[in-house]
Amino acid sequence: MAEITLKALAHSYLGNPTSPEDYAIREMDHVWHHGGAYALLGPSGCGKSTLLNIISGLLQPSSGEVLFDGELVNTLPPEERNIAQVFQFPVIYDTMTVFDNLAFPLRNVGTPEEKIREKVLEVADVLELTPLLKRKAKNLTADEKQKVSMGRGLVREDVSAILFDEPLTVIDPQLKWKLRRKLKEIHRRFNITMVYVTHDQLEASTFADKIAVMYDGQVVQFGTPRELFEQPAHTFVGYFIGSPGMNFLDVRVRDGQLFSGNDVVPVGQRFCDIIANTHSDNIKLGIRPDFIEVHDTPVDGGMEVEVVGAQDLGTNSVLSLRFGDVLLKARIDEDQLTPKGKAYIRFPQERVGMYVDEYRVEIDHE
Amino acid sequence: MNKVYDNKAWLLILPMLALVSFSAIIPLMTVVNYSVQDVFDANTRFFTGTEWFTQMLNDPTLQSALLRQFAFSLTVLAIEVPLGIGIALIMPKKGWQASAVLILVTLPLLIPWNVVGSIWQIFTRGDIGLMGWGLRELGYGYNITRSAVDAWGTIILMDVWHWTPLIALLCYSGLRSIPEAYYQAARIDRASKWSVFRYIQLPKLTNVLVIGVLLRFMHSFMIYAEPFVLTGGGPGSSTTFLSQSLTTMAIGQQDLGPSAAFSLIYFLIILLVSWVFYTAIMNMQKDKEEGV
Repeated sequence: MAEITLKALAHSYLGNPTSPEDYAIREMDHVWHHGGAYALLGPSGCGKSTLLNIISGLLQPSSGEVLFDGELVNTLPPEERNIAQVFQFPVIYDTMTVFDNLAFPLRNVGTPEEKIREKVLEVADVLELTPLLKRKAKNLTADEKQKVSMGRGLVREDVSAILFDEPLTVIDPQLKWKLRRKLKEIHRRFNITMVYVTHDQLEASTFADKIAVMYDGQVVQFGTPRELFEQPAHTFVGYFIGSPGMNFLDVRVRDGQLFSGNDVVPVGQRFCDIIANTHSDNIKLGIRPDFIEVHDTPVDGGMEVEVVGAQDLGTNSVLSLRFGDVLLKARIDEDQLTPKGKAYIRFPQERVGMYVDEYRVEIDHE
Repeated sequence: MNKVYDNKAWLLILPMLALVSFSAIIPLMTVVNYSVQDVFDANTRFFTGTEWFTQMLNDPTLQSALLRQFAFSLTVLAIEVPLGIGIALIMPKKGWQASAVLILVTLPLLIPWNVVGSIWQIFTRGDIGLMGWGLRELGYGYNITRSAVDAWGTIILMDVWHWTPLIALLCYSGLRSIPEAYYQAARIDRASKWSVFRYIQLPKLTNVLVIGVLLRFMHSFMIYAEPFVLTGGGPGSSTTFLSQSLTTMAIGQQDLGPSAAFSLIYFLIILLVSWVFYTAIMNMQKDKEEGV
């Protein structure tokens, strides 16, 4: 049973890192609570796998501490950490049968054979591997192999966390969904901490209770899928989560009003006040395509835009709208008619986020 | 689904068939031709049927050469395969050391057979050879022209020196192709070093080892130049292997009929052993309960 704490953790693959760019993981603090189902979401090369390998002990961090239940494990090798890891490509022991594969971690620590049998049968049952137990692992399909590698983590009673490194990459789409459900089921049944690395937001949000979004070696937001969607803490989260991603407008304040280029953006006074207090000139206004109101006729507090395209997605359409120099995306329901030529949009205040130096600034909406 | 049988594609292999005929089948058939005739001169010949074959199979000199040949091949395989795997396991995996060791290991493979024989001939001389002289200085009466044991030992040592690098290189490439995740998973599964070797490295080496063992078997079974230069087949006939017996018969005595029959038997033995070995290994990898 473990709560995994990362303290001032940083890692660089270079011998002498000088600038922040040299780091694969920039200094970070993070806690994975016991029994949680977490996803670590981010684009390729953002440091997800590095972080996972540091937790499992395959990699020694350049600095900082890794604690399991408050106990420092930095110096412990993976075999002493009570952690299981499932890799992107299924790792199985070719020459062994499925049974022997599942029994392998137990045999390595000298578990009595009848105990092994009981445990293997239990896990095989959960993973629906029972009919395959006598088969050689080499001749299994990719998803069966991946289930075997998961099973090797589950048979160990001392395992307190299982780390998944994009485990469904090589699995057929229709089986992916089944395996993901299986994972959820396993999580509920075994009550183990699970950290799931992926670059697929759908995979992350269906699996995890809480998602850590990583960008450029840092966790930029840690929250529920809903929080990530509704209140992205960083422009990257806004852009990465949701399809299409969040709209961002470079804005500044002039004469007490918010401007994007030469156009006024009519949002509340509170936004202007906040911005007036910052010294940065990197200020962005963000709004999800899903939250932009689109009207055919001028509305109070609206902006005039030019409709430059529409994409029909079946249950809804995504409009491309030109506002000054920027292109905005807005989602409308299928029953709403697609406006032609000119349209009028409005940003509901509670849905607008302000980003200073790429990070969200909290605003009280009384 | 209905399969349409259309065998026109076989025509595509015709050019290949023609090439193979010239390079292999025609020369082989001339040997077959000789093996069933007794040729006196260009115009005089008699059909002998299987007489040469029977004679060759019952020849005690050839029988003992065949046994010697098997003993030699099995001995070098038994030494070279484990040794080659061992060397591959301890070879450095990256950096300049990897390149340096790779070159050093490869060197013996680049030396021509005759030269290898000559090198070892000099190396083992009692008066100026480092090994011969050294062993004598240590008090061992080493002499490959007198002692069959010394001659055997030296030939095996020479072959091991010359050909273990081949196994080592094949295994090295096999080991390098194992993804890092396998080792990581094994660490997490708390596998011992032996288990990692037994269940990860060895299975992944099976394919290269099959090639390595086949090559080494065929090679060693046909060995000629090295022992011929080193010992000339002696002392007595203790190191006379099949190739040398064949050469003596075909070139030295011009017995074309018997040596052709002998060549075919020789060829069939190699073919048979290789086939049995290959089939056995391939069957081992199959699921015992296929289709369950």
